[in-house]
Amino acid sequence: MIRSNKIALSVDWGIILIYLFLVAVGWVNIFSVGYSEEQKTFFDFSQRYGKQLVWIVMGLLVGAAVLYTDSKFFVSFAYLIYAFFILMLVLVLLVGNEVNGAKSWLTLGGVGFQPSEFAKLGTALALSRLVSSYNFSIKNNVTRLKILALILLPVALILLQHDTGSALVYLVFLIPLFREGLSGLILFFCVLFVVLFILSLKISPLVLLVVLIALASLVYYFLKKNGTNIAKGMLLLLVNAVWITGLVWLIKGHFPGFYYVLFRASLLSGLIVLGFAYYKKRMRQVLVSGVFVLSILFSFSVDFAFERVLEPHHQDRINHLLGIESDPLGAGYNVNQSKIAIGSGGFVGKGFLKGTQTKFDFVPEQSTDFIFCTIGEEWGFVGSAVVLFLFIFLIVRMILISEKQRSVFSRFYGYCVASIFFFHFAINIGMTIGLAPVIGIPLPFLSYGGSSLWFFTLLLFVLLRLDANRMEQLH
Amino acid sequence: MDRYAKRRNIIVFLILLVGFVYLIRLFSLQVIEKAYKRTARQNVLREVIDYPSRGLIYDRNGALLVSNQASYDLMVIPREAEAFDTLLLCSLLQIDPADFTNSMKKAAAYSRYKPSIVVKQIASERYALLQEKMYKFSGFYFQTRTLRSYTYPIAAHVLGYVGEVNNRIIEKDPYYRAGDYYGVTGLEYAYEKELRGKKGVSFYLVDVHNRIKGSYERGRLDTSAVKGNNLTVTIDRNLQAYGEELMQNKAGSIVAIEPSTGEILALVSFPTYNPGELVGRSRMENFPRLLSDTLLPLFNRAVKAQYPPGSTFKMVHALIGLQEGIITPSTSFHCAMGYHVGNFSMGCHHNQDFRLSGSIAQSCNAYYAHVFRNILDAPKFGGTRNGYEQWRKHVLSMGFSGRVSPELDEELNGLIPSVDYFQERVFHSSRWRSLPIVSLAIGQGEIQTTPIQMANYAALLANRGHYFPPHLVRKIENSTVDPSFREKRTTTIDPVHFEEIIEGMEWTLSWEHSGTASGSSIPGIVCCGKTGTAQNPHGQDHSTFIGFAPKDKPQIAIAVYIEKGKWGSTFAAPIATLLIEYYLNGTIQDSRKNLEKRMMETNLLYPDRPNFIRITE
Repeated sequence: MIRSNKIALSVDWGIILIYLFLVAVGWVNIFSVGYSEEQKTFFDFSQRYGKQLVWIVMGLLVGAAVLYTDSKFFVSFAYLIYAFFILMLVLVLLVGNEVNGAKSWLTLGGVGFQPSEFAKLGTALALSRLVSSYNFSIKNNVTRLKILALILLPVALILLQHDTGSALVYLVFLIPLFREGLSGLILFFCVLFVVLFILSLKISPLVLLVVLIALASLVYYFLKKNGTNIAKGMLLLLVNAVWITGLVWLIKGHFPGFYYVLFRASLLSGLIVLGFAYYKKRMRQVLVSGVFVLSILFSFSVDFAFERVLEPHHQDRINHLLGIESDPLGAGYNVNQSKIAIGSGGFVGKGFLKGTQTKFDFVPEQSTDFIFCTIGEEWGFVGSAVVLFLFIFLIVRMILISEKQRSVFSRFYGYCVASIFFFHFAINIGMTIGLAPVIGIPLPFLSYGGSSLWFFTLLLFVLLRLDANRMEQLH
Repeated sequence: MDRYAKRRNIIVFLILLVGFVYLIRLFSLQVIEKAYKRTARQNVLREVIDYPSRGLIYDRNGALLVSNQASYDLMVIPREAEAFDTLLLCSLLQIDPADFTNSMKKAAAYSRYKPSIVVKQIASERYALLQEKMYKFSGFYFQTRTLRSYTYPIAAHVLGYVGEVNNRIIEKDPYYRAGDYYGVTGLEYAYEKELRGKKGVSFYLVDVHNRIKGSYERGRLDTSAVKGNNLTVTIDRNLQAYGEELMQNKAGSIVAIEPSTGEILALVSFPTYNPGELVGRSRMENFPRLLSDTLLPLFNRAVKAQYPPGSTFKMVHALIGLQEGIITPSTSFHCAMGYHVGNFSMGCHHNQDFRLSGSIAQSCNAYYAHVFRNILDAPKFGGTRNGYEQWRKHVLSMGFSGRVSPELDEELNGLIPSVDYFQERVFHSSRWRSLPIVSLAIGQGEIQTTPIQMANYAALLANRGHYFPPHLVRKIENSTVDPSFREKRTTTIDPVHFEEIIEGMEWTLSWEHSGTASGSSIPGIVCCGKTGTAQNPHGQDHSTFIGFAPKDKPQIAIAVYIEKGKWGSTFAAPIATLLIEYYLNGTIQDSRKNLEKRMMETNLLYPDRPNFIRITE
């Protein structure tokens, strides 16, 4: 009894209240989607809202169980838990069920669940354990390899299930790693390449190339505040362009095109500058010209990669997000209907059970991935803003809690949880309002489904348990 | 503290930034943008239209002229129409399987979930047969529509016909949707807003597959169809039918008006068609045939044909002469087999002096050449041009100014040329002379009038100087007729001047005064009239007559044009007086049966094919 009192006192009730509220909001909206005038019972277990009620009750039990588990359990068994879920992922590949083109479901005693969700928990715990280990340094190459291996193992297994969406979530481990000292350059490169990727698909390669040359020149100028370098660079570019043109003309007998010449000339010029700077040990110039060369190579290969690596439905989704293809009944149909549903909600919404777009199946997956549409339609801007605010509050609060942790394990784990929530939140709501690509990942606590609810509950309550441990020691 | 603690701020900032961007986006989607709300409505609401029945049309005595008959459109929802016996269905429908396959393809191309019409306007008898077999054809059902049904095969031009709306109509009036019916011509067109009623609409919520999920807002917005308002028209269906009978195998028109009200008793345009020919599926076959007929059966001559008025116009000059003091009833002019000035000659048939009444009875051209020129050249007007201007002002006051009926949109204006017209076409200078335009004196030359204007002219003569706009509708259910129908229009001529004129018109039908239409006089009825022969540049002259009866308290005024009927006395006068007699007495006296028979049997279209137009009752 003493122990339970301690837990009750030390646990963060604010987060638990938000958790309960969001779960309730989720259920209300799942109810609204499934509700029909013929069936007026709340507890119809053939309906999703009936089932979700069971998941919620079981989720609460899971949460309570976590709170009553010794926090040392999660630290000690971190690698074991990770290994267990990796095993599950392998198992899925062997005996899993295919749903919507992704082989990610495991059926145990008639109940299906997705190990890919839980694998994130395992990875978070394992990474926390690694980061909190004695003598940990992120600058150490062996450590870096270990981190990469811990992340890439589940990613590879999930990619084998054709569940790209879930695999992408693993990108967020960069955030806690960044907090623990991962070079900002890596994040910078990630952002740079995402921007380059989008621009390569969206604008013509020649324009992008000119923009990159201009940017590189500008940065170069600011390095030395000296115009002569730019003039030299331009001259170099011109000379290269001329002789490449001449050479091609000699061999092929015709002008090969501006882009062809400019791409080769700037690549060559960049490499020459890079070599020269390296020789003179001017490291900042090496960096700039290196980034420049990588950038133009990257943007050149994006088209190729886009065609070869991504599956057609991902191409469609990315294209749609970038506004390259606007086909309301084609690939963009889901997002369009989703925007219509949310937009039709207005300021205060149509009211509980009054939504028409979500209720009558215009929006696909309206109780799982697109649950936010129902909120937008029935509760309007007010309801959407409240949910938005609660998520932001929850995530920021998790980060603040993490920062208070004295153990690196708890802090890193807290950041992992916050980052995973943030990614799901940003992608899920972003896709319903047309700001993020359509990646089928659930909205924490709100989307229908036992696996995701339990996973997020576990994720959150393990953090609460670790945090309570800190509080317990204070009492 | 570790050295990377500050990175917390970067991460928190990133999270807050995303939250902020999403909030702005939600605000713009949900509060600012309106298009999504519209699209959402279109997504889920399905309107089911309840078509009202059109208003019925009764004649002035309450006889039903136009009613409705049920017809059925065969609808299909392609998704639900599974394998079925196409040939059986086609044989039941009596349609070509190729056409049927075509419509089915169109329907599937339009939507697999939404209903389309496959076969339009199936008659009720066929529908009854089909009903028993429909269980074999899932995905097909019938939509009930109403079509017009005509009790008598008469008055096609008055009633007009109903057709399907085209894009132009839909754009003009958002009430209409593709597939709706509307009045295309005649009263159906003029009183469309009264006759059409109000479509009812039920809103249903549908899901993404267009399946009905329930009523919208518990049916709060649903409306039921309101049937159209019934019309009572001014037409006397017996008179109309008799007029059409007399017009068999002739081209021309008859307009009869009740002078005391302006109500049109009969409006006949021939050749015509059976209004039933343009109903439902039969229109597809009949309309092109009627449209290509060189005798223009679809053309409403009564309000659209413009003819020179001929001698019937002479009273206009007489009235203006009297009003302006140019002549008196006792003024006389000599006719020397015509009117001769220098090299100019206008022929006539008399060698005697005429006073006013006699000049009307015997239709003396010379007399009116004098009257007309004296008006135009009267010193008090100060110049021919001004004289013409004054003359024209009087003419226009007699209803020749333009359309006389407020309700018949298709009516044409006629033409009483303006000063400018003659200035440009005839005189080319400010120096006018009356002689070059003297043919106006006998209603020829540049003047054009329509039969309905001439009937109105007869009515204003009967009323001694005023008229009511000729109109076709007496009563509208739940509404009132245009108040302008009851507005008395007075002419610029003093009523006292009419008596001499009317005396002359009475003499026209009198043996003792050698009237031009004495052969058409009606024993027992004092009838006034005037014959006319309208020159026709394309062949035989048109026979025309205007008149009214009885002389005191006139009950009917009439104008008749018989194309290529030669003299006014040969066809127009007999037909007009037969109609007058029929209207006043309800029957034709034995002494005039021969005349009636002759009129009915005469074929002025194709003498060798007497039954070119057969109207079956």
